Amino acid sequence: MASDILYDLRKVSKSFVKGKEKITIFDGLDMSIKQGDFLAIMGPSGSGKTTLLNMLGGVDQPTGGEVWFDGNRVDNLSEGQLAKWRANNIGFIFQFYNLMPMLNAERNVELPLLLTNLSAKQRKQSVATALELVGLADRAKHMTSEMSGGQQQRVAIARAIVSDPKLMLCDEPTGDLDRKTADEILEMLQLLNEKFGKTIVMVTHDPSAATYAKRTLHLDKGEFVAKELAA
Amino acid sequence: MKALNNIVGKIFGAIGWLIKMILLAITSPVWVPFWLLAWSVENVPIIRNFFITIDLYLPLKNLSRKPLRFALTSVAIFVAFLIYVALTSFDDAMNAGVELSADDRLISVNKINFTQPLPISYVRKVETVEGIDSVVHMNWFGGYYQDPRQQVLTFAVDETKLLDVYKSSIDVADDQLKKWQQNRQGILVGEAIAKTHGWKLGDRIPLSSNIFSQQDGNSTWEFVVEGIYKGVNVQDDTNGVYIHYKYFNETQSFGGDYIGWMGIKTVDPSVNEQVIKKIDEMFVNTPFETETVPEKAFNKSFLAQLGNIGLIVTSVVFAAFFIILVIVGFSMVLAIRERTNEIGVMKTLGFTSGRIFKMVLVESTLLTLIGGTAGLAAGTFVLDMLNNAPQFPVTVILKDYIVWQTIGLMLFFGLITGVIPARSALRLNIITALSRR
Repeated sequence: MASDILYDLRKVSKSFVKGKEKITIFDGLDMSIKQGDFLAIMGPSGSGKTTLLNMLGGVDQPTGGEVWFDGNRVDNLSEGQLAKWRANNIGFIFQFYNLMPMLNAERNVELPLLLTNLSAKQRKQSVATALELVGLADRAKHMTSEMSGGQQQRVAIARAIVSDPKLMLCDEPTGDLDRKTADEILEMLQLLNEKFGKTIVMVTHDPSAATYAKRTLHLDKGEFVAKELAA
Repeated sequence: MKALNNIVGKIFGAIGWLIKMILLAITSPVWVPFWLLAWSVENVPIIRNFFITIDLYLPLKNLSRKPLRFALTSVAIFVAFLIYVALTSFDDAMNAGVELSADDRLISVNKINFTQPLPISYVRKVETVEGIDSVVHMNWFGGYYQDPRQQVLTFAVDETKLLDVYKSSIDVADDQLKKWQQNRQGILVGEAIAKTHGWKLGDRIPLSSNIFSQQDGNSTWEFVVEGIYKGVNVQDDTNGVYIHYKYFNETQSFGGDYIGWMGIKTVDPSVNEQVIKKIDEMFVNTPFETETVPEKAFNKSFLAQLGNIGLIVTSVVFAAFFIILVIVGFSMVLAIRERTNEIGVMKTLGFTSGRIFKMVLVESTLLTLIGGTAGLAAGTFVLDMLNNAPQFPVTVILKDYIVWQTIGLMLFFGLITGVIPARSALRLNIITALSRR
């Protein structure tokens, strides 16, 4: 039976040792994300938001439990397999954009495609489409240092969607932007979710940013509290 | 106060910019070819796609992101490889005399040392030894042209026998050889020394000696250029001048009927040992005992007396490459450290650690290849200049094995200087990397 669950975390735990002390972040966390969901995760500093996002993105591994993505278990993949899995399935958007300063906008967007076997023509087409979608087609040749924060974040969004990933992970995507620009970026994410069916998980401190999501989960001390608040 | 700070800041900024531009201009011959490559990789789709296919695109972009650092680092590499190419070729040229020595040639000198003379009567006696093809005697003239600083390697020889022994090293036209042999004042000059002083066939040349003088007290002899010889091999020395022994012997004021040494050609290298034994036994317990050795051994020991050139070359080259290791290694470590966050992002996007390791190694190797290739290219010009320089004692050529050695060293130093930063990039944890800005 086909399931509409994209991500499934089962009894996931995460702990690490700092000095002589064992610090537990999650202990038996359960979580499901449906295809086409737009989920905002909120919580105070140290609640485990970023760790959760890192685990969802496969850049950090749980110490216990199971992680299933699109029907496949991913918590037991090797580092190399995870890198490939990330390239094929996940689009990342960071708070500080994390663009490559030596590349112009279109080359930055093209970066994930260098991991594929697409031809030069196909790459060019995909990059043009992604930049068009974020409204930066006319700034494709500009260096990112010549762009505003909002434009840089749009380039980062184009980079995240260019390889058509199943899941987009956003870590405080508006944390470095003014209100107006932040709203533009959030509207764009909403558009990607509603019009193009992209599944999005967004970590944010900003309650007004969370209103753009379909649902919000509050994390505190490694547990979801007051589980679902309507957007 | 704020305005003053502003002005001072602007002045320092302008000075910094000016220094940067001057350094870039000075180092431009090294980085401009690379810049053209980087430009075409970015702007010519077919080249760009090729570089992407072979995974060189990102290393190349990373190299070009800090122009001044790249220029200075590649110039340091350039200098080290230029030194390597020039010195190794020079060392090779110095040893070429040994390498080009004919196996069937012997040198017989006074046993005390080669500056002591031998009686000319020895020549006839040696010629009778079984296994000898021909013998030519030679004297060191101690010549110079016009100024004692312009030394000319002049030898007084038996003009009828010179080519019998040295045909495998001296190439001269038959008519010129004949003219030289017929004119007792004639000289046979090498093309290098002829080029240095602009001598042509038929020129009357005054050559002076810093050892001998004529019977009238004059230490300058007049000669006529009757022949100009070439080397049979490219590296055969053509800085020598041959004069007639008879003319020299009859006009000199002292030391008549003595020779400096004998050049001997045997019928076959296999008889060398017995010929050597016979010659030296022939003159044992006489006032002029001989020591006969193969030409190769003689040239080798002669070279050794000039000093251990190999050791000097090795020391200088070692110092130059040590500097490369420090400069390039440090520069690469710094570059990768600055890019910690970017490496984390690339890993997050799906670039494997192995691929990033390879990209860093490729970057450091590209750096040494760019600087090293410029050094190799400049080396060929320098060698050409040395060969055209007056009085340069040897013909220095860039041999294939030196080119391959140089390329091998570029790759070696590229990999060795990249391995530490590449390993750091390989082991970099994504979360740690992303937390650094």
